[in-house]
Amino acid sequence: MQRQLANMKQSLFDQLEELQDDANPNFVEEVVTLYYRDSARLVQNIDKALEKNPVDFVKLDSYMHQFKGSSSSIGAKKVKIECTQFREYCRVGNGEGCKKTFQQVKREYATLRKKLEAYFQFARQVGPVEKACRRK
Amino acid sequence: MGSDCSSSCDQEFHVLAVDDSLVDRKVIERLLKISSCKVTAVESGSRALQCLGLDGERNSVEFDEMKVNLIMTDYSMPGMTGYELLKKIKGSSKFREIPVVIMSSENVLARIDRCLEEGAKDFLVKPVKLSDVKRLRDFVLGGEENIERKVSHKRKARDEPCSLIPPSTSSLSSLGCDLQKRPKIN
Repeated sequence: MQRQLANMKQSLFDQLEELQDDANPNFVEEVVTLYYRDSARLVQNIDKALEKNPVDFVKLDSYMHQFKGSSSSIGAKKVKIECTQFREYCRVGNGEGCKKTFQQVKREYATLRKKLEAYFQFARQVGPVEKACRRK
Repeated sequence: MGSDCSSSCDQEFHVLAVDDSLVDRKVIERLLKISSCKVTAVESGSRALQCLGLDGERNSVEFDEMKVNLIMTDYSMPGMTGYELLKKIKGSSKFREIPVVIMSSENVLARIDRCLEEGAKDFLVKPVKLSDVKRLRDFVLGGEENIERKVSHKRKARDEPCSLIPPSTSSLSSLGCDLQKRPKIN
């Protein structure tokens, strides 16, 4: 079970988990919680901005830059890749391209959230044993 | 019981981190604390200037003279960018000696050039790693010792080449850049 947890952690968080230790056992969860809030807000903003006519590509790019940034910080590589694609469309003012790509961004983001939730559920089960075994 | 102070010098190594992203602030704060640094994390350039007492508006007596050993700032921030903050710091006779490091999620050569030319000590591509922070801290602390050593050996080796930034995993070396050879980009 611990091996499974460790694998999940590694595939999800890359370097983030090395920042967690016994003194700060909830660091990853705290960061991810912040990310949830931040990213949910940005996704909403982007959705709204895409509905406007004409589309304000500068604003859109700014939101996406933030979303991409924090996704990258928590190690969400797939989300980041879709975000980069989105920004390319933004740069050339392609509204349709942006809308299509944003669907992909949201798909990857939804997958990410599921994985994160599964991880945290799992981590809570494994919990104390995991902490005792992990040395940092 | 461990102390917060670094073992290599008596005072705490204090880093002022500037980033508008809450997530990134949390991460950089943690990275710095793990590396035995004292951290002050703020969300904007103007806030950073306030902390340093550079904003000119508020009486700096409100904030204790903040002794800062290193400033790490995000490049893209609303209002004042990291680049603009860098310029303000380098333009201040009181604070220009503080090393400033720029962080950015984008690896843009022209941007890196511009920052280094303005006096940034390093340019880190996000996400910032623990190894980046440790290297920076060692470099800044080591730099102070290096300066003392250079002064005492001044007579011996006047033209001693000084390579301040050790070869590392910073974006510069990963790009394979040679600063001297690259043409200036405006």
